[in-house]
Amino acid sequence: MTIQMISILGAVLAVAFGAIGPALGEGRAVAAAMDAIARQPEAAGTISRTLFVGLAMIETMAIYCLVIALLVLFANPFTA
Amino acid sequence: MSGSPLVAPVVFQLGPVPITAPVLGTCAVMALLAGLAWVASTRLANRPSRWQSALEIVVLAIEQQLRDTMHCDPRPYLALLGTLFLFLLTANLSGLFPGVTPPTAYIETAAALALVVFFSTHWFGIRRRGLAKYLGGYLEPRWFMLPLNVLSELTRTFSLMVRLFGNVMSGHFVIAIVLSLAGLLVPVPLMALELLTGVVQAYIFTVLSAVFIGAAVGSIERG
Repeated sequence: MTIQMISILGAVLAVAFGAIGPALGEGRAVAAAMDAIARQPEAAGTISRTLFVGLAMIETMAIYCLVIALLVLFANPFTA
Repeated sequence: MSGSPLVAPVVFQLGPVPITAPVLGTCAVMALLAGLAWVASTRLANRPSRWQSALEIVVLAIEQQLRDTMHCDPRPYLALLGTLFLFLLTANLSGLFPGVTPPTAYIETAAALALVVFFSTHWFGIRRRGLAKYLGGYLEPRWFMLPLNVLSELTRTFSLMVRLFGNVMSGHFVIAIVLSLAGLLVPVPLMALELLTGVVQAYIFTVLSAVFIGAAVGSIERG
């Protein structure tokens, strides 16, 4: 395999597996927030504000993987 | 956006200095915002005109959000954080115009904004609590947590940068790919999603900056 093929495989694996964890985490966070809003609708404003910030934190992990994939594809130090 | 999303295209050379597309985009957004603010705030009165009412609604809404986030009077930080929010909102949404790549989709712009937040956090913290007390905050809860506190200071700035850049750039990149594969009207739902992402990312960047500054001045727990 050439370095290009390995790079493409590496980018695919990084995005594919890197998306699983944040997806599960975001699902749990949203489910918990929905539960909390259903129990206490008057706290919906605070809960959704905190939820957005939390989701952004979780999503950052997936974005890291995306940036790694882009580095491997477009700024690979090993392909001269 | 064509080619590598990590490289900013150079538009023209100003002497030895290359002027890239995000620099031009940033200047355009700044000119637009400054012009709007100038028009809206030239004739301030007790009986507000339409422009002044709109301006007051925006400023008061941002102030209320910051107050809820920071649990203290947000007036000293309103200028920085409010401008940050309006700038990010305009910059993120500018990608909806045909042919325009949002300036925040380049890592240089995101890095510059994250550095502004990084330095202003320390500035506000030192000014509010004094140098010794502010630096002492890094020794909490125990002195041996110092390396971790310093590390978290750096990584959270880095993640602030990568989050903004990654979200905006990936949205724009996906639209470009779908457009080149499928054609004219297919990316419209993706553009609607991009609208949502742009607003949410501007909000999150501002709220996280508010949380960092709030932690530095001691009004909320260190996040």
